[in-house]
Amino acid sequence: MNSIFQDANRQQIANRRRKDVIIHLVFIVATSIGVLALCALIIDILMDGLSRLQPDLFTNFPSRKAAGSGMKSAIVGSIYMLIIMLPVSFILGVGAAIYLEEYAGKNRFTRLIQLNISTLAGVPSIVYGILGLTLFVRLLAFERSLLAGAFTMTLLVLPIIIVSAQEAIRAVPKSRRDASFALGATKWQTVSRSVIPSSISGILTGVILAMSRAIGETAPLVMIGAMTYINFLPTSLKDSFTVMPIQIYNWISKPQLEFKELAASGIIVLLALLLIMNFSAILLRNKYQKKY
Amino acid sequence: MLKGNGFKGILMSGMVAALVFAAACGNGGAGTNNGNNKGGSEQPAATEGVKLSGDVKIDGSSTVFPLTEAAAEEFNKEHPDVRVPVGVSGTGGGFKQFCAGEIAIADASRPIKDEEAATCKAAGIEYTDLSVAFDGLSVVVSKDNDFVDHLTVEELNKIFTTGSTVSTWKDVRPEWPAEKIVMFSPGADSGTYDYFNEAILEKAGIRNDKQISFSEDDNTLVQGVSGSKGGIGYFGFAYFEENQDKLKLVPIDSGTGPIAPSHETIKDGTYAPLSRPLFIYINKKELERPEVDAFAKYYINNIGPLADEVGYIALPDEQYAKEAAKLQ
Repeated sequence: MNSIFQDANRQQIANRRRKDVIIHLVFIVATSIGVLALCALIIDILMDGLSRLQPDLFTNFPSRKAAGSGMKSAIVGSIYMLIIMLPVSFILGVGAAIYLEEYAGKNRFTRLIQLNISTLAGVPSIVYGILGLTLFVRLLAFERSLLAGAFTMTLLVLPIIIVSAQEAIRAVPKSRRDASFALGATKWQTVSRSVIPSSISGILTGVILAMSRAIGETAPLVMIGAMTYINFLPTSLKDSFTVMPIQIYNWISKPQLEFKELAASGIIVLLALLLIMNFSAILLRNKYQKKY
Repeated sequence: MLKGNGFKGILMSGMVAALVFAAACGNGGAGTNNGNNKGGSEQPAATEGVKLSGDVKIDGSSTVFPLTEAAAEEFNKEHPDVRVPVGVSGTGGGFKQFCAGEIAIADASRPIKDEEAATCKAAGIEYTDLSVAFDGLSVVVSKDNDFVDHLTVEELNKIFTTGSTVSTWKDVRPEWPAEKIVMFSPGADSGTYDYFNEAILEKAGIRNDKQISFSEDDNTLVQGVSGSKGGIGYFGFAYFEENQDKLKLVPIDSGTGPIAPSHETIKDGTYAPLSRPLFIYINKKELERPEVDAFAKYYINNIGPLADEVGYIALPDEQYAKEAAKLQ
C-alpha cells in the first residue's frame, strides 16, 4: 500500500517537474524571439548601412545625389528639439507629479486628473500632432517651427514623465517625510530636500526614456509641418526644421538603391543615439541610487 | 460647485503658466535672432545682384519633391544665404498651406482644383502656375509574365475599376492563361492615384477587394509586382527606370496602337493618356521678394537637365521659355 502511494506521488512529482521544464522552455522561446528579431534587424541594417557610415553623413546637408548626401540638418534638428523639450517637459511633468503626489488631496478631481493622464499616455501620437497644429502652429502663431515641434513633442511625452515621476515619488517611504515634518520642516522643505533627492534617479530615468520616445517619433512632426529637405541649421526657434526619422523616411521612399543604404546608415545613427540615451539613464540611476 | 471652481482655478492657472512660459521662450528666441532675420527683410526689393537672403518656403506633392529638392540644392550653391526648406504634405496639403499664405510656393502633381482656387481667392492670394516637367505613369507586370504584350486603356479600366469582376488574366483577354491577377496601387491620398483615377478610371474610383493591395511607398509596389507572376501595378516612370531588371513595362494603347513610355514618347505626348505635367504654384505677392523671384527664375531656367537627372522628363525648350515668360 505504502509503496503504491509513493509511486503515485513520484509520478505526480515527475509530471510537475516536466511541466516546469516545458514552461521554462516556453519562456525562453518567448524571450529569444524578441531578441532574435532585434538581432536580425540590427544585422540587416548594419550590412546595408555600414559602408555609408562616413563623416559625410554628419557634416553634409541632404542632396539629390546619394554620394555625399548627409543628415546634418536632421541630426541637429533632433538635438535642438530635445534641448528645448527637456527643461519644459521636466518642469511641467515633475511639477505635476509632485503636485499630485504631495500636495493634492485624494478626491474626485485628482482621480479625474489621474485618469486623464493615464488615458493621454495611450493616445496615438498623430492626435498630438493635430493638437499641436491647432494650438501651437495656428492659435499661438508659432508657424511650422522648431518651437511648435518641440512643444508638441512635450505634450506627447508629458503623461509618460508624470506617471513615471509619480511612481518614483510614491516609492519614497512615508517615514522619511514624517521624520522631516517632525523636525519642523515645511511641506516644500520636505519635498525639495528629502523626497526629490530620494526619488531623483527614478524621475531622471523616466525623463530620459520619454526623450528617447520623442526622438523616434515622426507622425506628429509631419502633421505640424516639419520639412523634408532642409539645407541649413535652424538659428532661431521660429525656423523650419527636420528630424532624423523624417530624413530616413525620405531616403527610404526614393527609388535609387544608394538611398536605401543611406537610410540604413541613418537608422544606425538613430539607434546609436537611443542607446546612448538609455545607457545614460542607467548610469544616472546607478549613481544616485548609491547615495540613498 | 465650490469644488468645481477650485478645480477650474487650478486648471486655469496651470494653462496661464504654460502660456506665459511658452511666450517667454518664443520671445527669447526671436529676440536673440532679430538681427539675423531683419537683415533679410530690410533689403529693398530693387537690389538685383546684391547678395540675397531670406526664406523661400515650399511644400506639397511628394512627386514634385525630387525636382524642387534638386532646384533648391543647386540654387543654394549660388545663393548660400537664401534658405529653401521643402516639405511633402501632398498636393492637397500643399495647396491648403499655400492658400493660407503660409508658404511661398506649392508643389503640385495636378492643376489646382476649383474649390482650392476658391479658397485662395477668398484669402486674396493670387498665384502664377508653372509647369516644370513631365512624369509618365508606367504600368508594369512581373518579368515572369510572358503573355502580356500590351494593354488598351479599356482593358486597364476593366482590371482596376471599382466593382470589377476581373480575377484572372483570362478575364481580360480570352487568349491569356487563367493566371490570377494580383494588383498593386498607390494609396488614395497620392497624386499618382488621383491621376490614374482620372486618366484611366474616368473618376469612378479604384476597386477595393482581396485582389488589390495599396501602399504609399512605391518601392513596396515594385517588390509586390516583381514578386508575383500574375502581378500588375502602376507608378511613376522613375521607379520603373530604377527597377528595369525586375519589371516588364506594358505598352498602352489608347486607340492609336500600343506605345511604351520612354523619354521621347512622354515628351512628345504620344504616350497618352498616362503622361502628366507637374507644376509649381507661386504666390504673386511673395514674388515681390527678390529671393523668391530669383528662386522661381532659377527653377524654370534650370529644371530641364535636373529633371532628367532625378528621373522625370524635361519639357521641350520652347515650353520652358514660355513658362519663364510668365515670370517677367
